[in-house]
Amino acid sequence: MAKITLSKLRHSYYPNPTGPEDYALKMIDLDWLDGGAYALLGPSGCGKSTLLNIISGLLVPSEGRILFDDRDVTELAPTERNIAQVFQFPVIYDTMTVRDNLAFPLRNRGVDEDRVKRRVAEIAEMLEVTDILDRKASALTPDNKQKVSMGRGLVRDDVNVVMFDEPLTVIDPHLKWKLRSKLKELHQRVRATMIYVTHDQTEALTFADQVVVMQDGEIVQIGTPVELFERPAHTFVGHFIGSPGMNILPCDVRNGGALFHGQHVTLEGAIQPGEGTRTEIGVRPEFVSLGTTGIEATVRKVADVGRHIVVETLVGDTRVAAIIKDRPPEVGATVHLDFQPQRTRLYRDGWLATSLAEAVQ
Amino acid sequence: MKTVNQKAWFLVLPVLFLVAFNALIPMMTVVNYSVQETFGDNLFFWEGLGWFEQILRSDRFHAALGRQFLFTGLILLIEVPLGVIIALSMPRSGFWVPICLVLMALPMLIPWNVVGAMWNIFTLPDIGLLGYFLNHTLGINYDMTQDPLAAWITIITMDVWHWTSLVVLLAYAGLVSIPDAYYQAAKIDGASNWAVFRFIQLPKMKNVLTIAILLRFMDSFNIYTEPFVLTGGGPGNSTTLLSIDLVKMALGQFDLGPAAAMSLIYFAITLGVSWLFYTLMTKDDQK
Repeated sequence: MAKITLSKLRHSYYPNPTGPEDYALKMIDLDWLDGGAYALLGPSGCGKSTLLNIISGLLVPSEGRILFDDRDVTELAPTERNIAQVFQFPVIYDTMTVRDNLAFPLRNRGVDEDRVKRRVAEIAEMLEVTDILDRKASALTPDNKQKVSMGRGLVRDDVNVVMFDEPLTVIDPHLKWKLRSKLKELHQRVRATMIYVTHDQTEALTFADQVVVMQDGEIVQIGTPVELFERPAHTFVGHFIGSPGMNILPCDVRNGGALFHGQHVTLEGAIQPGEGTRTEIGVRPEFVSLGTTGIEATVRKVADVGRHIVVETLVGDTRVAAIIKDRPPEVGATVHLDFQPQRTRLYRDGWLATSLAEAVQ
Repeated sequence: MKTVNQKAWFLVLPVLFLVAFNALIPMMTVVNYSVQETFGDNLFFWEGLGWFEQILRSDRFHAALGRQFLFTGLILLIEVPLGVIIALSMPRSGFWVPICLVLMALPMLIPWNVVGAMWNIFTLPDIGLLGYFLNHTLGINYDMTQDPLAAWITIITMDVWHWTSLVVLLAYAGLVSIPDAYYQAAKIDGASNWAVFRFIQLPKMKNVLTIAILLRFMDSFNIYTEPFVLTGGGPGNSTTLLSIDLVKMALGQFDLGPAAAMSLIYFAITLGVSWLFYTLMTKDDQK
């Protein structure tokens, strides 16, 4: 096990990248602490799989270094790095039994048979596959196949990191939840560093202690699930996490205050000075309430999603969503929107530009 | 409860007619010949299973059958491993893929009799490029019209040249369908190249290889044109394979009864071996 450091990492799939748009990974500086449960969250094509393949050694980065406990492994092959990876589609060796599948990484490394037996039994017990150990792997259901491929990663007790590349994609929804909690439990038992790549926020937020959000080859925010929800550092995090995501409302800044459709909006704190032309207000639907005073809006759509009601309104031509508990207004009705000041922030060119302080008028 | 409607069977009728006209009825005439003796003029005498007994006991048939199994066995032993090796060494992507594929497919596009004629001329000792080179430059005595061993080497080489591509293309199709994740997982699991072949590539190629072996078995077991043009079954009877012998009997000697009986036995062997092989190869999949 080890601390993993990514230092000034850049990667391009082109041999001679010319501009930043040629880079799949723009500039990554990141430490993964030993024993942590991390999620790498981002939309498809944001570079998260590239980053994962660089850590596992399947790709060599164009620039920068990867350190495992201060040992430079940038040029090392996957086998020499002692890592494990679980892929999107379960990778199992069809012709082998479950037992042989689990033993495969150990046997390849010449571990003696007694130890192999013991480790396989332990892992099988953890994954609850003991009763199917002698079955042929090709005959398993997808969730059991995925368990076996996870098991192959966990069976070596000296792995530096176990990486999961969207491992629940092919699993039935009702089993996803089970496997997800199984993973969390496994992390608590084996205490290995785990990195979980996904574009599914629920998976990321339930699995990880720390979530790394990526967009366009860049890390936009690292934080606990609560931090990401409460105080997104970037509008992308705001609208990517949450259902529906954060309202991002174009606004004007005048005299240190924000104006949305000509109306003054109270923010969480003072606006930091900075360059940038595009300014937006960010407020989560959870913190927008319908009242008698506030910004006037027309109700466009009302959706009852069970636990709460999502009301979509229009202020001018800007959509603002609000989440309320009960008594939804009629479609077409005029309502007044009230933003909770402590939860209302200003973003400049996408990045958070207010400092958390006493609310100022 | 569902009502059972048998009317759908009528939809099978057109196929039944087609199969009847292109397979069942011609085959029935063969069955007809195989149990009777005829001297022409539509005069038939009942012969029962006599022809079958005669063929099954005849040394000539045994010899031809033995040569046939030797030929098919040898070409399978060469073409299947060779095809897999070539498929493994072909690039998986990039500029060379279409070039390799077209080059591989070329021999298969040449008609059988042309292949036979090509190899005949190619290996003739005095005028053929290869034959002349072997005999007059290297001084190796190589004459497929005189020497049974040379004749065998020539027909085997010709078949390998003509048909290994089929195995290559099928094996290649099997190989490229393996997702990259398998190779990556194997790397991470520390698997050797042999283990990658044994536990990933070979199992993934199993289905296409089954088809490849089946096709090559049937084709080579029924092979006629190429060896007929190349050696005509000679020297002597040394390359007289089953179908060449069959044609000699039916058209050369006009022994229609024994030839019909032999055809049916021949067909039964081809069918039986194919069925046995396919069943053995796919029985694991059903579990």
